[in-house]
Amino acid sequence: MGEAPPAEKEAPLAQPTLKAPLLFISVLLIASCGLIYELVAGTLSSYLLGDSVTQFSTVIGVYLSAMGLGSWLSKFLNRDLARRFVDLELAVALVGGFSAPILFQAFAHTHAFRVVLYSVVMAVGTLVGLEIPILMRILKDQVRFKDLVAGVLTLDYIGALFASLLFPLLLMPKLGLVRTSLLFGLLNAAVGLWSTHLLKSQLGTTTWIRFRCLAVMALLALGLAFAGKFTLAVEEEIFSDEIVYARDSDYQRIVLTRGRGSFQLFLNGNLQFSSADEYRYHEALVHPAFGLRPDARRVLVCGGGDGLAVREILKHPSVQEVVLVDLDPAMTDMARSQPMVRQLNGAALADPRVQVVNADAMVWLQETSGAPFDLAFVDFPDPNTYALGKLYTSRFYRLLQRRLAEDGMITVQSTSPLMARQSFWCITATMEASGLKVRPFHLAVPSFGVWGFALASRQDFEVPNRVLPGLRHLSDASTAAMFAFPKDMDRVPVQVNRLDNQVLVHLYTREWRRWS
Amino acid sequence: MKRRDFLAATAASALPLACRRQPEFPFPGELVGPDLPTGHWVRGGLFPEPDHYEPVSVLIVGGGVAGLSAAWRLAGAGLDDFRVLELEAVPGGTSRAAQNHVSPYPWAAHYLPVPDRGNHAVLRLLKECGVLQGFDARGEPLFAEEATVRSPEERLFAYGQWWEGLYLRAGSSPEDERQYHAFFQEVDHWAAYKDAKGRPAFSIPRSRCSDAPEARALDGLSFGAWLEARGLDSPRLRWLLDYACRDDYGSRLDTTSAWAGLFYFAARKQGPGEDSRPLLTWPSGNGFLVEHLRRVVGDRLSCHTLATAIRSGKDGLLVTTWDGLNQRRRGFHARRVIFAGPQHVARHVIEGLSAARPASTRIRNAPWLVANLTLRARPPESGFPLAWDNVPRDGEALGYVVATHQSLRDHGPTVWTWYRPFAGPDCDAERARLRAMDWPACARMVMEDLRPAHPDLEKLVTRLDVMRWGHAMVRPAPGLLWDREFLALSQPFGSIHFAHTELSGLALFEEAQDHGLRAAEEVLAALGRPGLSWR
Repeated sequence: MGEAPPAEKEAPLAQPTLKAPLLFISVLLIASCGLIYELVAGTLSSYLLGDSVTQFSTVIGVYLSAMGLGSWLSKFLNRDLARRFVDLELAVALVGGFSAPILFQAFAHTHAFRVVLYSVVMAVGTLVGLEIPILMRILKDQVRFKDLVAGVLTLDYIGALFASLLFPLLLMPKLGLVRTSLLFGLLNAAVGLWSTHLLKSQLGTTTWIRFRCLAVMALLALGLAFAGKFTLAVEEEIFSDEIVYARDSDYQRIVLTRGRGSFQLFLNGNLQFSSADEYRYHEALVHPAFGLRPDARRVLVCGGGDGLAVREILKHPSVQEVVLVDLDPAMTDMARSQPMVRQLNGAALADPRVQVVNADAMVWLQETSGAPFDLAFVDFPDPNTYALGKLYTSRFYRLLQRRLAEDGMITVQSTSPLMARQSFWCITATMEASGLKVRPFHLAVPSFGVWGFALASRQDFEVPNRVLPGLRHLSDASTAAMFAFPKDMDRVPVQVNRLDNQVLVHLYTREWRRWS
Repeated sequence: MKRRDFLAATAASALPLACRRQPEFPFPGELVGPDLPTGHWVRGGLFPEPDHYEPVSVLIVGGGVAGLSAAWRLAGAGLDDFRVLELEAVPGGTSRAAQNHVSPYPWAAHYLPVPDRGNHAVLRLLKECGVLQGFDARGEPLFAEEATVRSPEERLFAYGQWWEGLYLRAGSSPEDERQYHAFFQEVDHWAAYKDAKGRPAFSIPRSRCSDAPEARALDGLSFGAWLEARGLDSPRLRWLLDYACRDDYGSRLDTTSAWAGLFYFAARKQGPGEDSRPLLTWPSGNGFLVEHLRRVVGDRLSCHTLATAIRSGKDGLLVTTWDGLNQRRRGFHARRVIFAGPQHVARHVIEGLSAARPASTRIRNAPWLVANLTLRARPPESGFPLAWDNVPRDGEALGYVVATHQSLRDHGPTVWTWYRPFAGPDCDAERARLRAMDWPACARMVMEDLRPAHPDLEKLVTRLDVMRWGHAMVRPAPGLLWDREFLALSQPFGSIHFAHTELSGLALFEEAQDHGLRAAEEVLAALGRPGLSWR
């Protein structure tokens, strides 16, 4: 600033027509807002794309350079600075405020997420970069230059600290990304409105500009209140926790939510697991069969694209090959790359023993052949559509048996014997009709309730009473105990689920309707 | 040339060019068979004599289901000296199928109701094909799960969305419901009926049906008149029954015999009060069964071959044919001929037949338009999910069947077979209308019919092929089915035996098969090789 025009240095300070100390508070607020948008973009992209180091550094880099661009552009704004400042606040409020909803939507519905991400970061950064220089120029006649620089920069950095503490401690846990970004947009717009009061002497008539402030605030408030009508917030109502990942694949809607110290996976709105208690489910799915075939080498997993069953399977040193057949590449890609899921499944899908096939498991069984499997784990979503119902038919279990070793074992997740008792026993009866000997069992998975499985083989077998040591839930004794059914979950007579009747879909939707 | 004519001629020649430059549809396709020009040569009747007649015991003219079934029966009796001549490039008639990179798909007939245990011929065929897997404790046949139509079977598009089943229950009045039940009580009555000889009124094939006067009387009036006489005027019920007539017979309530209308429902009942028999189907429709029969016939089948004249000769019949593939005449000297083509062809080909059997002119065949649409993906939609058979309530078409339904592919590319009978009262006029339609006209008809249910379908279609069936199926008009002269058309004409589904007045795989077996067994008996009947 050594070459600052002499006028700036020597001019006597004008009469204080502006409320400078209050304008400094604006600096604090806009600085917080600016950092929040940056944190929102960084967090959101690392949730959605994984690899948080890369995401955060690219977002911060783009954001800071965009701020530089904004600062440089500020010199081209020469007239009506007060009015420009208010407009700027409104622009930041809109772009920054709606950044999280825009980015979630872009991820869910377009293939150009990164383009949208960096465009949004660029836009917010540029606008935020314009704010401070303009504000400083507005204040330059009111405050001595050294006080101005000191005051503005101090509050700018304090605001950043304020935001960086608030974001992880309060905002993320309580509000989530979407509401946080909308709320800070609202704050930005409020600063705009407040500035029309503080800068009144430079603005002249303020009716129209105040109206615009109020309109932007109303829009953001509407976003906050009715976020429900955009898809994401509809889901947030359903999910009650914050959505950290949402994607419409060709086959289903995949959503990850986070809250209460755990995270959850939903497919088409149906809970697939909660990280808090999925170990109970996956231990029960995998280890009883291994208890009877501890030397199993080739293992098939149908469904289970989250990789959690594979994690349990790979605990068995005898396993040499795991083939996972899951319909949706978006699901298995997420299991491989989304940091939270990848951490939970221990990067199971990256293990060299694991081969991932993206295909409809039934079509795959029908149209391929190969060496028989010692164990097969069937972990499909519950049969609430015909396309899923076919995966629970006698035909499916016959096709599965064709690929099973003579003494091979099958475990099938078979919904809740308590909440959907007929559906549960229908799956058992259907497996029996396909020629299998079936031993159903159950356990409690708090997120789901009482949950059931069916262990089966072509040969007679005894209930397993040994499991791998060192599991979190199952012990030898508790494994055997799972096979006893109390009276309210005991067997009921039901029809066999065939391709040509799909009775299970009807039973299932009827039974679950009572609980929802 | 007058100025006006010149302008008209210019416009006419410019129009196709303009169309080529800007195609109406963003996908290709073509009109595929049947071979109309070759077929219509027969009517010209100017075919020179072949120089040589190959001797053969039995010549089967026509490689549809009747002809192939006759061949299957002869082969089953160890009579191997036969030939099957088929005009088209592929056998199967209206049960033919084709295949592309996405899926096999049917070109017309695409299912078979599960046969009852008395339908020995169909059971035998299904056993050979691996579809009949045994019998349960009560002696009822058990069929392969993958061949029975996968649920959901049918859905209906009405009021802007899809509904489960073909009968629209949503919004029906108590009177609609009453009439619906009243109709099915009538059906149950006829399903329970047994005549003095213990024969049912309705059974498949119809040769097992009772000819008692009270059953035959149903043929004296139209299905529409029969419903009216019972006060059954519910629009929903009449829609369902009219749909059945269009679907199975290519005619309407008022042009279908009441006997045929009740046959459709009662012959498929497992018993009074019970559900209709399940259906058997394959991705290629009844092409699956044709494929099995074709394998049995092997190289005794000659396609692209047209029989141009059949007349009596010394010790048998002289048959003149035209081999369209090799462009040459070919003669056969056959001891017996099984004519397994339609009567309107028989009249032109068999010397002396049309004068001897005037009743053959009473047979009317409905024309059909069938399209196969290859889709790169399934369209988004609302309401009940994609079923096997998908029927729009409004419009003249019958909807579409999904070829990948049975192969369990619920995602990605698929083939839809779309059906539209030309069900107007005058078959000849309807046929002329259909023949005048070029590919764009056909494609327009298909896409316009599907648009209400699938507004954005055009973007998903990668190909649309069309078959114009001039004589797709016989119409069971009132008074035809039990007419003495009509029934006599099945009888041999000298050494010529007849086999075709139209001889039943009902276009069904089972009828074609039954006539094929009857004709073959007549021939076996005439050649001194009688045996146990397969029927």
